[in-house]
Amino acid sequence: MNRLSWFNVTSLTLGFAFLYLPMVILVLYSFNESKLVTVWAGFSTKWYGELLQNEAFLDAAWVTIKVAVISSTFATVLGTMAAYVLVRGGRFLGRTLFSGMIYAPLVMPEVITGLSLLLLFIGIGLDRGVLTIVLAHTTFSMCYVSVVVSSRLMTFDRSLEEAALDLGCSSFDAFRLVTLPIIAPAVISGWLLAFTLSLDDLVIASFTAGPSATTLPIKIFSAVRLGVSPEINALSTIMIGIVTVGVISASLISKRNSLRQQRDEQAAARTA
Amino acid sequence: MQRFVLIAIPYAWLLALFLIPFVIVFKISLSDIALAIPPYTPTLGDGVGPFFSALDFENFAFLASDDLYWKAYISSLRIAAISTILTLLVGYPIAYAMARAPEEWRPTLMMLVILPFWTSFLIRVYAWMGILSQEGFLNQFLLWAGLIDAPLTILNTTTAVYIGIVYTYVPFMILPIFAALDRLDGSLIEAAEDLGCSRLQAFWLVTIPLSKNGIIAGSFLVFIPALGEFVIPSLLGGSGTLMIGKVLWEEFFNNRDWPVASAVAVILLLILIIPIVLFQRNQQRQAEEEA
Amino acid sequence: MAETVFAPWDDPNEKPLIRFQNVTKRFGEFVAIDDLTLDIFEREFFALLGPSGCGKTTMMRMLAGFETVSEGSIELAGQDIAAVPPNKRAVNMMFQSYALFPHLSVYENIAFGLRRGNMPKHDLDARVTEMLKLTRLEKFARRKPHQISGGQRQRVALARSLAKAPKLLLLDEPLGALDAKLRQATQFELMDIQEKTGTTFVIVTHDQEEAMTVASRVAVMDEGRVMQVATPERIYEAPESVYVADFIGDVNIVAGQSTPMGEDRYHISWAEGQQPLVAASDRPFTDGQSCHLAVRPEKIAISAERPADVDNAVQGKVLDIAYLGNLSTYYVELPGGQIIKSQTANTRRISRRTFTWEDTVWVSWTATAGVLLAQ
Repeated sequence: MNRLSWFNVTSLTLGFAFLYLPMVILVLYSFNESKLVTVWAGFSTKWYGELLQNEAFLDAAWVTIKVAVISSTFATVLGTMAAYVLVRGGRFLGRTLFSGMIYAPLVMPEVITGLSLLLLFIGIGLDRGVLTIVLAHTTFSMCYVSVVVSSRLMTFDRSLEEAALDLGCSSFDAFRLVTLPIIAPAVISGWLLAFTLSLDDLVIASFTAGPSATTLPIKIFSAVRLGVSPEINALSTIMIGIVTVGVISASLISKRNSLRQQRDEQAAARTA
Repeated sequence: MQRFVLIAIPYAWLLALFLIPFVIVFKISLSDIALAIPPYTPTLGDGVGPFFSALDFENFAFLASDDLYWKAYISSLRIAAISTILTLLVGYPIAYAMARAPEEWRPTLMMLVILPFWTSFLIRVYAWMGILSQEGFLNQFLLWAGLIDAPLTILNTTTAVYIGIVYTYVPFMILPIFAALDRLDGSLIEAAEDLGCSRLQAFWLVTIPLSKNGIIAGSFLVFIPALGEFVIPSLLGGSGTLMIGKVLWEEFFNNRDWPVASAVAVILLLILIIPIVLFQRNQQRQAEEEA
Repeated sequence: MAETVFAPWDDPNEKPLIRFQNVTKRFGEFVAIDDLTLDIFEREFFALLGPSGCGKTTMMRMLAGFETVSEGSIELAGQDIAAVPPNKRAVNMMFQSYALFPHLSVYENIAFGLRRGNMPKHDLDARVTEMLKLTRLEKFARRKPHQISGGQRQRVALARSLAKAPKLLLLDEPLGALDAKLRQATQFELMDIQEKTGTTFVIVTHDQEEAMTVASRVAVMDEGRVMQVATPERIYEAPESVYVADFIGDVNIVAGQSTPMGEDRYHISWAEGQQPLVAASDRPFTDGQSCHLAVRPEKIAISAERPADVDNAVQGKVLDIAYLGNLSTYYVELPGGQIIKSQTANTRRISRRTFTWEDTVWVSWTATAGVLLAQ
């Protein structure tokens, strides 16, 4: 078990090559001098320069970030409430429907979610724009947040909340002072998840965006339908870069924290 | 009181922005197309009596009569099923090797599998366009290696769709299988070998059955979203690749036939209910087994 | 000297601090507490003892306010507390898991309850410092719970629940997470702190030694009912039922029929062709009533010859010997198949065992050594 067999080494190598090679190639070609994506004509960063000149992309990027920040914040609040209701709410009328509505969007094809929200917005006469995208994104990402937060709440030692009540807290204070600080990491990862889902989303945004607001994925999609372009490669590289740095630093921080915790515990056990 | 507010807010939100839209989709699927805004009749403005009497199943009859639609459903099911099997074949060895890797590597390997999740789906699909095209990276490589004489046509075929689905969904397959294999007690394999199994027999008789739950969960996690997939067939697939997500999109954006688009969505939902219910049952049973 | 003995339960004028009156608690169909009536007095160290699922934790959670009463009432200092939510009760609880807030320092954990009461900063600091001193935690005030040992965590939990000076402190298996050595030391510490603060303690435990060591009175519970409430000595020496006799410590139970012989003395016929056993009992038994004689193993002597002048002596064969270090227990099989355990203390370091397997021996005890029980 200590040494991997040749079979396992091969599957890991091939597997991760399969997962990462396409992105590596994409990144490499974003530095290609030639407009022809397939011919290597020397190193250049000119596509990044052109990207920064492209106002349509910059506008779309701004809209996308705005939508993502607002919708993920709303989604985090609503999703955390929903998770608390699911795990701690006890029984109430329509509980089954509620949990159904939390889990359904996770498996719902995006085309259906997008179509249904669009029909709603048109039905109530809401003009499509940033607001409608925010509403749509909040709705589906709150479900992801609530799944992340509720799985944390399920392992949460309930006696901590009881101890807070026992020491004189109202139930809201118990949540604010004890539960929330302890589940904060899950709430933060819920926010991050909601944020990336919103950044990524093409289909639902396409249905709910109006002419006044276009998001980056919509822009990318209409550009790449016409074929591969070096500008999009440059844009993709930037996005991949941000995500990679973000995820790696997040996991390093959490690893450092758990190592420190472990060390503290060992030290405490020794001095006992 | 506090509790009521706590429940009411997310509940009302989901009712308004998840359930009611579905009711509307269902209603519009029973309506007729009209050259108006909104482009369907009846609307509730027509009065309640005429409103209900004007609803019918015409659109569903139309879906059944035009073979484009049921061919698209069948083709989606087939593509989703085949890609699920392919994803399993690609994902299982990776998950297995991860579970056999030294303990201290596993968190890093996990992170490497999860990392693509956080990268844009669209970009990951797009990356394959440059690789699979006629003069793309793959063809250049194969020509250079002398394996082929003329470039292959892969982009804009169903093969490209399979590659795209396997690529984007393989983490969904790896994670549950890895979770199952990671829990598997190594001494079970040793016991099987001690009792006279060959390596392969032990794998077949012990490892596979004990990772069954992971395989089932992973397969559903790939099959369900693949069935309604839109981005992959529209970027990698060709005109011959029929998938229902794409049909719905085109019905809506290109033909502007909202009632038919809604009917397509309703049928897709009905088809999806079966795997979703099966998946839920499997998850529940697994949770009970662990409890 | 009689006045100094702490026994408020024997004083009819004493008002109980806690009064359970015909309390029943149901969870759906399941009856967790069955029509229970019980008084607990101020300054008592009261132990609820029983196997898991006997309802002791439910009783404690009803006192803390985390469970409601299905029927009956619970009074605290003469007031029904059914409608008082947990955060308004002058009752604090020390949780089995300690439930220390992991994101707060030891100091902040102890201060947590005090801060709810808008205590002036100076008083708060003084109170926390006092609590830190009481539990010998001064050095650890700034540490987080994961930075201290299990025993220290236990003391933080105790300090936190005592900080608000509750009328009543509930302790849910307070020593369950500690190892055996630490547990003994902590038991005395708990008693010490209880005495110093004068708080009424109610402790839930499944460990009978713990209950016997710390408690002024013990309630032995089974299936939602209190089987007996008494001081540890009375629970051990004068159990009222076979269940209690059997639950606490080791015991020999001999079933038979009683024959009154006058002056609280009874003969018990227990096996064909055997001399009846002689037992003393305050409780009356009728002629031919079926009864059980409970005798603790340490009250049974074992000898090679029939001892003279004892009330009961029966011959048997040594079946097994359990050497426990400080004690040895002999399992003696009587002619009818009944097995009697006899315990002797190993008071000398090197002594040869007098008896070995298959030896024929006499087991003997006095009439007052055992307790005669109806059920």
